[in-house]
Amino acid sequence: MTVVFWISAAVTVISTVMVITRRNIVHALLYLIVSLLAMAVIFFSLGAPFVAALEVIVYAGAIMVLFIFVVMMLNLGERATQQERQWLKPQMMIGPAILAAILMIELGYAIFAGGSGNPIEGEPVGAKQVGKSLFGTYLLGVELASILLLAGLVGAYHLGRRDRSEGEES
Amino acid sequence: MASVSMEHGLILAGILFALGLIGVLVRRNIIFILMSIEVMLNASGLAFVVAGSKWGTADGQVMFIFILTMAAAEVAVGLALVLQLYHRFKTLDVDAASRMRG
Repeated sequence: MTVVFWISAAVTVISTVMVITRRNIVHALLYLIVSLLAMAVIFFSLGAPFVAALEVIVYAGAIMVLFIFVVMMLNLGERATQQERQWLKPQMMIGPAILAAILMIELGYAIFAGGSGNPIEGEPVGAKQVGKSLFGTYLLGVELASILLLAGLVGAYHLGRRDRSEGEES
Repeated sequence: MASVSMEHGLILAGILFALGLIGVLVRRNIIFILMSIEVMLNASGLAFVVAGSKWGTADGQVMFIFILTMAAAEVAVGLALVLQLYHRFKTLDVDAASRMRG
């Protein structure tokens, strides 16, 4: 598992550097997704499989979809379509594809050859313990998080609404 | 290859946080700034998970779940602000919105 940790750490750092140096938003998003997946593999190798699954589902799934929706809503018109055609040339996919292939190979190694996953120290902490701690010790935190999510929902709805008078002005 | 200790995980988290901070400071496109903030939140979550894995408790993972919740709320509001900025200024440059009104 130490090999898995080091390789995915290297993949994370490389793809994060690519994120902050890209010029196109879509390329940076591709590398950011690879970075998040590599982070999920790191969590898996650290003995936190539940958090690894959450990282893939929430970060690489939901939050990245939000980013892509916003990119879609911002670029309208014929010029944007041509730009998109230039951006999505197949050779732009090569870098993220190589990094993702490395991740997939080491995930397969961790599952099939690594046996029952021995993390750096101690036992893996599974979803059952996390759930017990989350809804036992940290129950107040869960309530606060739900209030935060409600506030985020209301705030996003209010800010995202097209103001009618503003729209007529511009 | 040397085995992984807690220091290595924390150093990795520090490197990722520094990269995110550099992204926030260097880029002027607001979507890149939001992505760099995601990277920084992710790095802090990694630090929590590493520490929780070191002592074999679930507390680090619980903290990561809270960070995840916070990141989701933050990115929803942030992207709504991006849409507002684009509708008002027709650009994604944050320097266009550097003046306060009043």
